[in-house]
Amino acid sequence: MGTARRDFLKAVGRASALVGSLGNSLPTSLAASLGASFPTIARAATVAPSSAKVVVVGGGYGGATAARYIRMWSAGRVDVTLVEPNLDFVSCPMSNLVLGGSRTLADITVGYDNLVRRDGVRLIRDTATAVDPDKRVVKLARGEDVPYDRLVLSPGVDFMWDELPALDNPAAQDAILHAYKAGPQTAALRRQLEAMPDGGMFVLSIPVAPYRCPPAPYERACQVAWYFKRAKPKSKVLILDGNADVTSKGPLFKKAWSEEYSGIVEYRPNYALTDVDVATRTAKFEVQDNVRAAVLNVIPPQRASGIARSAGVVTANGRWCDVDFVTFESVKVKNVHVLGDAIQPATLMPKSGHMANQHAKICAAAVVALLTGEAPNPEPVLTNACYSFITDKDAVHVCSVHQYDKDKKTMLPVQGSGGLSPAMSELEGRYAWNWAKNVWADMVG
Amino acid sequence: MRGMNVVVAAAVTLAASAPSGGQPTSPNSGRSLAATCSNCHGTNGVSVGEVVSLAGRPKDDIVRKMQDFKAGRLSGTIMPQLAKGFTDAQIDLVAAWFAAQPSK
Repeated sequence: MGTARRDFLKAVGRASALVGSLGNSLPTSLAASLGASFPTIARAATVAPSSAKVVVVGGGYGGATAARYIRMWSAGRVDVTLVEPNLDFVSCPMSNLVLGGSRTLADITVGYDNLVRRDGVRLIRDTATAVDPDKRVVKLARGEDVPYDRLVLSPGVDFMWDELPALDNPAAQDAILHAYKAGPQTAALRRQLEAMPDGGMFVLSIPVAPYRCPPAPYERACQVAWYFKRAKPKSKVLILDGNADVTSKGPLFKKAWSEEYSGIVEYRPNYALTDVDVATRTAKFEVQDNVRAAVLNVIPPQRASGIARSAGVVTANGRWCDVDFVTFESVKVKNVHVLGDAIQPATLMPKSGHMANQHAKICAAAVVALLTGEAPNPEPVLTNACYSFITDKDAVHVCSVHQYDKDKKTMLPVQGSGGLSPAMSELEGRYAWNWAKNVWADMVG
Repeated sequence: MRGMNVVVAAAVTLAASAPSGGQPTSPNSGRSLAATCSNCHGTNGVSVGEVVSLAGRPKDDIVRKMQDFKAGRLSGTIMPQLAKGFTDAQIDLVAAWFAAQPSK
């Protein structure tokens, strides 16, 4: 600890008694650590300083951003512990380019070192297994109990394997891949595509919305078609969508399939998957005949990850978590905030990585404010910007701006704002990579 | 000691600018609004990609550009659509905040 930091803590200590009288409802440690924001306090008695504790579960777009911004916006006065089992962050956005073969997993992987060294986040490489909201403790797989003043859950999604009985075991999940959490599954699906003989059919099953990242399956179809067009020109991509139509960027994807990938991609709506036959790579449907694939890729239905259920914050249809959009605190469980794909969003707020990052900043500002006895910003704003690659270089976007409506107590998209690209372009492909580089730096550095 | 001075100065500024009640904007509105831009323009407006940094750019430049995007006087890809989502007051706030940041 440097001299400056020691002096600062002494000043905080002197300040704390006075602040204590303002902050009876706060954890004492917290009020003490905030002392310096009140210029009149420097004369008060000494109390040993310590900090408020925030635990963040999940180091993806939401959680890593929240961890960083709580440290940054509290000027290091709030202790932040991030619980994340993976060694590195691997981005889901951009991972379809790895399936197409124009990028590698290394291109979309970033370590957590900066979050630890630069931002002072305590990183625990473990899995959170349970939350006790009464005792304010997170339990970890290896046995540690981590106490919190406020908990931020950004746990992502679990797949609902119980809805696809034949896939409800690890061996089946290694054979029929989802590749919908970037990492080993992405690499494995790429290997299946490389091993597939030319003339084969890649079948992509899309679940009924809501699911994480609405345009991602359609981008995936484009990237696999891009690969086939060059390396396996007799092969086909068949999209079997559980939805009645393309759920995002519809006109742009349909144009790509009828022009750029004419004769390669076929799209069929209303294909609700009921199960698969693993050995023959066959997809089974409620209504239609079975479809046999050379490579079968099933994106399963999803819900908030299990830790959210343990915390008692799953409130919408047994799947998602309702939050107060001013703070992203659970509407049901105090001191527990939820971010990212796990939440029940307001109208037209997609489950995207960009959105999770934006949730995290509203939440971080509110958490710091609440821990320092201030009111959270009553008028939060968030944006969405989501790029999809059509070829290896050309991309399209969808974007929107959402402002909090105090009367309706929800986020509303601003009328007349947002929209789609008019057409794919290489410029937007470059902007997509600019987005990735900046948002990854924003999260983990 | 430099780090400490910055922290204390920031804290004092924060306290001094805190609303006394009834004001529509909270003290960190500019900062929080600006954070919606960082996914493409970089954390605190310092871009690590090809899109421009906003940190340290004159407030009037940012306001003019946003207003031109908003009014359709300036073409672009995503910004004409996003600019329409912000009020004039929000554009002023965000521009003032970026203008005050170190450009590194």
